Amino acid sequence: MDRLKVKFIDRTFKNPVVVASGTYGYGKDYLDYYDPSLLGGICSKGITLHQKSGNKGIRICETPSGLLNSIGLENPGVSKFIDAYLKEMSAIDTVKIINVGGNTIDEYIKAMELLNDCELGLIELNISCPNVKEGGMAFGIKADSAAEVTSKVKKVSRHKIMVKLSPNAENIIDIAKACEDSGADALSLVNTFQAMAIDIVKKESVFENMYAGLSGPAIKPIALRMVNQVYKNVSIPIMGMGGITTWQDAVEFIMAGSSCIQIGTANFIDPMTPIKVIEGLKDYCLGNNIENISDLVGVI
Amino acid sequence: MAKVKDNVHVHDNIYLLSVEYNGICKMGQFFMLRCWELDPLLSRPISIFDYEDGELKFLYQVVGKGTEKLSRLVKGDEITLHGPYGNGFPYLEKCEITLAGGGIGIAPLFYAGRELNRINPNRKLNIFLGFREKSPLIDVFKEQFQNVIVDIGGVITDEIIYKKESVIYTCGPEVMMQKICEEGMNSGATVYASVEKRMACGVGACLGCTCKTVNGNKRTCKDGPVFLGDEIIYG
Ligand SMILES: Cc1cc2nc3c(=O)[nH]c(=O)nc-3n(C[C@H](O)[C@H](O)[C@H](O)COP(=O)(O)OP(=O)(O)OC[C@H]3O[C@@H](n4cnc5c(N)ncnc54)[C@H](O)[C@@H]3O)c2cc1C
Ligand SMILES: Cc1cc2nc3c(=O)[nH]c(=O)nc-3n(C[C@H](O)[C@H](O)[C@H](O)COP(=O)(O)O)c2cc1C
Ligand code: FES
Repeated sequence: MDRLKVKFIDRTFKNPVVVASGTYGYGKDYLDYYDPSLLGGICSKGITLHQKSGNKGIRICETPSGLLNSIGLENPGVSKFIDAYLKEMSAIDTVKIINVGGNTIDEYIKAMELLNDCELGLIELNISCPNVKEGGMAFGIKADSAAEVTSKVKKVSRHKIMVKLSPNAENIIDIAKACEDSGADALSLVNTFQAMAIDIVKKESVFENMYAGLSGPAIKPIALRMVNQVYKNVSIPIMGMGGITTWQDAVEFIMAGSSCIQIGTANFIDPMTPIKVIEGLKDYCLGNNIENISDLVGVI
Repeated sequence: MAKVKDNVHVHDNIYLLSVEYNGICKMGQFFMLRCWELDPLLSRPISIFDYEDGELKFLYQVVGKGTEKLSRLVKGDEITLHGPYGNGFPYLEKCEITLAGGGIGIAPLFYAGRELNRINPNRKLNIFLGFREKSPLIDVFKEQFQNVIVDIGGVITDEIIYKKESVIYTCGPEVMMQKICEEGMNSGATVYASVEKRMACGVGACLGCTCKTVNGNKRTCKDGPVFLGDEIIYG
């Protein structure tokens, strides 16, 4: 019996465990640890229409149980990504999720047009990156702008669209509903929380971009609450994330309403985390006579 | 998981950790170390100081929470090692090589020197070490190598001889390495510099450790930490 096999939109995932954008490169960086085909899915690093060299200065800084990052969407641009990395990703037997960011609606649309020629699992529409100067997260703050970008992208893309929500949204429920109404096929949440650290010797922000994005165990309880609130207000499937480091955390996100879960920062703590979570979920289902993990989605 | 064989206080805030390990490592590579659960969240990159007969050694300076926790390890404790990571210094047959290190940056140069001598016992190594104050590590190097030139409190970079045919491996404070890279470019010497950046994943996945180079951004953990001196863009 395949207790972990799940359906998400119309895709079959061999298990609900997906690795999060920006923490797993383009799928090949953890090959020394395990075969990425064991994963339910892989999200690519965020891709934008044009190449980006990312932010200057310090890019990572730890906080108690959390990680601040200010990478700034460094990526080779969609065309180079398609030529140099997508083929490599395609060889991995798992659902390939391409995370796409942008500064303007036009950029999102052009990126979607280029990706229409490619085979891939899903698009994760990143309207929530806090680390770029303009655009990025701006689309993920207000419900009407999130709706606008979602509906325009839906019009041009032949792929299924999962909109990645920002926990910095004015109102997470309103924005989730607005995306659903605009045609989003699924939602993922949460991206990082806009946050800050100050160098008290230099009397300046640790980050050149002033603010950064907080991830890791520190955000888990808030992310979980947001997933549950969104679950109760939309009927499209949800991929939940935010600080998942153990299989127990994953079960919590599933019970809160996630059909699949994503693991980000925990890959840095222990590269085997996703595999340990898969094993833990398997044992949990067996031990508790759960025929399929989906039976637990949203039981809270 | 690896077992701690020893963890000795060398002097000041510097410690030498020995762990049981049986794998392949190259000079200039590093491991991500942790001996704690989630605090601090990330593992700490530490270079290979020495490796022989199932014993891997790390020389580290206590500067914060992670290294402080490392310093409390005692014989028999378990430690998590991820790696070895990074490209390491090139194994060059060339006979004469200069190693130039400053501060805790001398750590990877000890194993580099030993490996270079192992693959070519007849080679000539010139070793330049800069220290802020007198250190027992000077003797550790002098017992192992012949041409060890030490500078205490001054600038070691001025003592190095830069020639077109020189090959220099360097690791240390950024200002020191920048100077050596510049001198290398002016003289035509080939410099390999081991760059230090904050790291999260260590495997090339997060782009937290980017080093600017003339060939675009490179990942220090995966494409480095060793880069050609004339490739690195400082500042
Ligand atoms: C490839 C590589 C090899 C290294 N090899 C050695 C080694 O052999 N021996 C050794 O003692 N140290 C080495 N380091 C540096 C070592 O990783 C840091 O000193 C350590 O991570 C600090 O951890 P902490 O928790 O003690 O201090 P933290 O509390 O994290 O930091 C203390 C101070 O160091 C700064 N810092 C933290 N991490 C880094 C970093 N990676 N680079 C520069 N500054 C940093 C912080 O801004 C802060 O000012 C290496 C670093 C790299 C990238
Ligand atoms: C270093 C780093 C880079 C990230 N890059 C991206 C990105 O390019 N696109 C994106 O949508 N999310 C990005 N994220 C956010 C994660 O995908 C995830 O939403 C967030 O970290 C919360 O999950 P976690 O606590 O499990 O890490 C990044 C996170 C980190 C830590
Ligand atoms: S530390 Fe993650 S890419 Fe280098």
